[in-house]
Amino acid sequence: MSDPLLTYLLRLGDDSLILAQRLGELVSHQPDLEEDIAVANLALDLIGQARALYAYAGEVEGRGRTEDDLAFLRDEREFFNAVLCEQPNGDFGQTMARQLLFDAYRLPLMDALTASADETISGVAGKAVKECRYHLQHSITWVVRLGDGTEESHRRMQAGLDAMWRFTDELFTGDEVEATLAASGIAVDPSSLRDPWEATIKEVLARATLERPVDPRQRGGGRQGMHSEHLGHILPEMQFLQRAYPGQSW
Amino acid sequence: MSYDVPRMAGDHEVDVAASTGAGHPLWEIFVRASRGLNHVHVGSLHAPDAETATQHARDVYTRRQEGVSIWVVKSTEIHASDPHDEDAWFDSEKPYRHPTFYEIPDEVGHM
Repeated sequence: MSDPLLTYLLRLGDDSLILAQRLGELVSHQPDLEEDIAVANLALDLIGQARALYAYAGEVEGRGRTEDDLAFLRDEREFFNAVLCEQPNGDFGQTMARQLLFDAYRLPLMDALTASADETISGVAGKAVKECRYHLQHSITWVVRLGDGTEESHRRMQAGLDAMWRFTDELFTGDEVEATLAASGIAVDPSSLRDPWEATIKEVLARATLERPVDPRQRGGGRQGMHSEHLGHILPEMQFLQRAYPGQSW
Repeated sequence: MSYDVPRMAGDHEVDVAASTGAGHPLWEIFVRASRGLNHVHVGSLHAPDAETATQHARDVYTRRQEGVSIWVVKSTEIHASDPHDEDAWFDSEKPYRHPTFYEIPDEVGHM
């Protein structure tokens, strides 16, 4: 790994960008106009976070790469998002399961990063934490409503949760990147986010009458650039313009 | 004139009522632009419950910092005056009821 700070910023930014791209796929495909606008808002918040993190990453790297370069000119193995973020939308239950699992992790993460020794990171986190708080409220509302809804909505919500559960351990697994940066107060040790995450999930699942899944087939690798089959399909669409017309802008 | 639309395998009928949210009750949305002002009706939307309606209202009606507070009310709970009563209720000319003969000091602000 190169500069740990650069890698850390890409991990944070890639989570935002790839999940935003997934949510963006839903725009104009949601069951109603209201939810269409809601997911677009989530995606835009995440893109805003990604932009700030990429801009800083480019600065830290010092090779003149811009936020656009980092978003559009990297290939699969150079993305460090958690594999949870790249999982398909599936049905609305699966989308909301993925969102809940992510939001319940991202909020305490951003909350802790507001105290980062790195002023740029604490600044980005200060803005992001407000957005994340709303994102979590939004996903909790849907998970509870669908879980504690009709027989069909309950079945789908549980299935979505079961399908996404195996990508959650990775969120709390750090390596030398986080360890190095956490020692100097810049990063957060991901394992410290497990307790607040578990507390949120436990409460939400109880309200939603959903079962906490047990899935020993945990799958990670995203933080090291080893992705599931899905990221390879997201990138050509997201990066289409730069792949077809390198250097093009509008 | 009508057309035969070729059917592809996997095509299915779209339930328009369900897909437009028409299956959910309608809510009237009131937004307060800033402290000291009243909540003002800004529109309506469909949502399954009050909590979701409030969140939707946040996303639909306050994306550009239009407000600091939201009220949602089920549309069926709104009772309206009868349009036929307009003359009897609203058309009386009583200018003396307007406090136009007073000067309001600037310090009073919104009134």
